[in-house]
Amino acid sequence: MATTAPPPGGAGARGSGFDSTPVRVAREVAGVLGALALTFLGLTAITFFIGRVMPVDPVLAIVGDRAPQDVYEAVYRELGLDEPIWQQYLLFMADVVRGDFGTSIQTSKPVLEDLLRFFPATLELATAATLVGTLVGVPMGVAAAVNQGRPLDHVLRVVGLVGYSTPVFWLGMMALLVFYAQLGWTPGPGRLDVFYQGLVPQVTGLLLVDSALAGDWTVFWNAASHLVLPTVVLGTFALAYIARMTRSFMLDQLNQEYVLAARVKGVPERVVIWRHAFGNVLVQLITIIGLTYASLLEGSVLTETVFAWPGIGQYITTALFKSDMNAVIGGTIVVGCCFVGVNMLSDLLYRLVDPRTRG
Amino acid sequence: MGDLGPTAASRAGLRGWLMADAPADAFQARCQRAYLAWLAFKANPIAMAGLVIIAGLVVMALLAPVLTTTDGVAQNLQNRLAPPSAEHWFGTDQLGRDIYDRIVWGARITLYIVGMVAIIVVPIGLAIGIVAGYVGGLVERALMRLTDIFLAFPRLILALAFVSALGPGIENAVLAIALTTWAPYARIARAEALTIRNSEFILAARVQGASTFRILKSHVVPLCLSSVIVRLTLDMAGIILTAAGLGFLGLGAQPPTPEWGAMISTGRQHLLDQWWVPTMPGLAILIVSLGFNLLGDGLRDVLDPKSGS
Repeated sequence: MATTAPPPGGAGARGSGFDSTPVRVAREVAGVLGALALTFLGLTAITFFIGRVMPVDPVLAIVGDRAPQDVYEAVYRELGLDEPIWQQYLLFMADVVRGDFGTSIQTSKPVLEDLLRFFPATLELATAATLVGTLVGVPMGVAAAVNQGRPLDHVLRVVGLVGYSTPVFWLGMMALLVFYAQLGWTPGPGRLDVFYQGLVPQVTGLLLVDSALAGDWTVFWNAASHLVLPTVVLGTFALAYIARMTRSFMLDQLNQEYVLAARVKGVPERVVIWRHAFGNVLVQLITIIGLTYASLLEGSVLTETVFAWPGIGQYITTALFKSDMNAVIGGTIVVGCCFVGVNMLSDLLYRLVDPRTRG
Repeated sequence: MGDLGPTAASRAGLRGWLMADAPADAFQARCQRAYLAWLAFKANPIAMAGLVIIAGLVVMALLAPVLTTTDGVAQNLQNRLAPPSAEHWFGTDQLGRDIYDRIVWGARITLYIVGMVAIIVVPIGLAIGIVAGYVGGLVERALMRLTDIFLAFPRLILALAFVSALGPGIENAVLAIALTTWAPYARIARAEALTIRNSEFILAARVQGASTFRILKSHVVPLCLSSVIVRLTLDMAGIILTAAGLGFLGLGAQPPTPEWGAMISTGRQHLLDQWWVPTMPGLAILIVSLGFNLLGDGLRDVLDPKSGS
């Protein structure tokens, strides 16, 4: 769609067509990968630092406080704590790269295994919320841009700002209060009612997909009904951001001369808006949606706490209170990597697809 | 009719001085610019709504002893979980404390958090960004890489990890939020510094022998301020929400402190039967962060003609 729309800044201003020569793609990919590696290094350095300043003694956490002095010292050396700090960081990095985040105290399982078990719940929630935010937010933003300055624009602007200003954990509680406790329209917290738990074999960990694969539609509908409230709550935030960005992107386009030209030519308004203008903001929009998705993966921490959603955010927060540092650091790194990865992917996509970013 | 045209010079009063065609000195010119911006700002209903909310917050914080009957911390166990009434406008919480009083006192904490973050973040961001943009070269590349790394970080999770390492409490929450907030300011400051680095008035200052520090301080920084202020106002809402989120998780302000997020957290167990306990502080957070968002949106229209309409 982006290629059929007229180029911005006057038709024919740019002679070359869709340039995707392998050299250029390779250079962009290399640039993004370099940034990714640096960011990853920074992320691990900071989490490593956090682990160092923790008031918890990592040796005591392993041997307990009744261990004799020689055992303590042996473990101390085994953990590499007598090495200089940069060597400790290298040791830490080596473990991280191998996916070894140590053992969680609260579950006594490898942290990586825990994370893999908790991650799909977060993924499911964040994906659903992003979908809701996009499907509602984009039309809202377009409508606001088309009606710029009119009452509808102001109403949508305030609605968006309210969505942007609401504490997500509080909104979740209010939603539970009204729709679960008062009206009884939705089920309570959690991913499934108790008696549906463990009925379908775990394939992807995404309950909707798993139950559909197993053909068990009662489980599917139960999971879906549990998903509704947290999705709407988390989606509100996404919606506000997406609508706001859509509006400003669309305004940029609608003020261009090619839009005027199309209107003068007698192109129907629907086509001008959706084919010409919207076609040109599509790439920017995808970037924004990618960013939203990344921040929802991260930001679902609070929503998960309110809805007792067994996702990675809840895993990290419970670990925090048990001083389960391995779990906290592992979780931070994994979520951080997802966040950074999605960010970089949308950035790369933007650079590759949008001809305007071409130097 | 003849009396209606007094000369500009004789037009008396502050307004006349502010609207004079030819300002007499730099101070008057500055006041005039501020006045014109204020006029544009006043004409923007959204921004005014935001300003009213934030002014209300400040007044609430300043006059807290006058507006309340208790200190918001003292318990009154005979009067636990009383519903909203004429005596207790927002009801009482599980320890019999008046929720309205606690929200009023909490305004101080909210302002404290927001102010502290701003005080830490703006100088750091400005310093890094301006030095990068003005000096250029290797320094610029190194500093901007650092900024990009911080920009790419997941904010809430990092703040969580920081607070867990430093220990819960308001000061640590402020530090954690500041550490994850400064990067965009460096970006803004660098962009501004880049555009004016080679302009003639900078060259003129340099020819006159001004030191780099002096140029940065009195020529570059003032030009960055308007974009920084807009960004800061818009960020305030996010800072408040993050701080409240940390408080909600029990990692921010600690119990007797009437911090709004922590109030929601302790009120959570009473959600179903005593709805007012968690609802009221949540509304307070919503209104204040909405106020900052409205104000920031309006300020952007006024101060930053490049973006917006």
